[in-house]
Amino acid sequence: MPNPFVLNTTNREDLSIMSIEGYLDAHTAPQFEEKLQAEIEAGRTRIVVDCSKLSYISSAGLGVFMSFIEEIREHSGDIKISGLAPKVRHTFEILGFHDIFDLLDDVQAAVKRFEDKPTREV
Amino acid sequence: MAMIERKFSLHVPSSTENLALIREYVTTIGASAGLSDSDVAKLELAVDEACANVIEHAYGHDLTKEVTVRAIFDEDTLSIIVEDTGRGFDPNSVKQEELQELIAKHKSGGLGLRLIQTLMDEVHYEIIPGQKNELHMKKHIRKS
Repeated sequence: MPNPFVLNTTNREDLSIMSIEGYLDAHTAPQFEEKLQAEIEAGRTRIVVDCSKLSYISSAGLGVFMSFIEEIREHSGDIKISGLAPKVRHTFEILGFHDIFDLLDDVQAAVKRFEDKPTREV
Repeated sequence: MAMIERKFSLHVPSSTENLALIREYVTTIGASAGLSDSDVAKLELAVDEACANVIEHAYGHDLTKEVTVRAIFDEDTLSIIVEDTGRGFDPNSVKQEELQELIAKHKSGGLGLRLIQTLMDEVHYEIIPGQKNELHMKKHIRKS
């Protein structure tokens, strides 16, 4: 069985770009949580999460975004989310995450958003 | 003429690893029942949330326990029953906190029940203390 969840992080100057692939559910969310925690502990709080290859998310995945965002914004950072497929975006929207997070079309737009609006109020 | 009911049942060990299998099972049944793609996606998420709650909270990740997902559909309605024999809870006693409150408390949970109630047309619990807990969810099949 192929790995249901793959995460790759690349650094672009002071931005971390985390590309997540597969599905983010209660089984795989702890892997994402661990990597996000490591970024914050390393002082990297300007994070783009590229979801263009994410096929599914449940509340366990959304919970990871939810639990870290305040700490990240307290450090003047942010999580910008890019490339959501319509099905995945719908789950973000049902719970009102589009009011809390910047959802961008692609990584380029997310990087640009960091230039225009590095952080936002929780 | 009486409507034909189709019944399915899936029993899996209580592990989050099996959530993908459960999702595959319910999406296949949802499509067979005639739900739209959008409703199949809602069903998939609602059942995932219900089973994740059972695995994590009712059974506390005890792999020796079993999660049962029963599905029954006719021409009008698809019913899903998620059954466990673990720690039951009164869903009405669970405080539904707003997203802003959850964020302020750095919480990662607290969204599942709200999602289930939003995604399904009917939701109710049947809890027999010390015996079993059942979450009943229904999706009406809209004729195109």
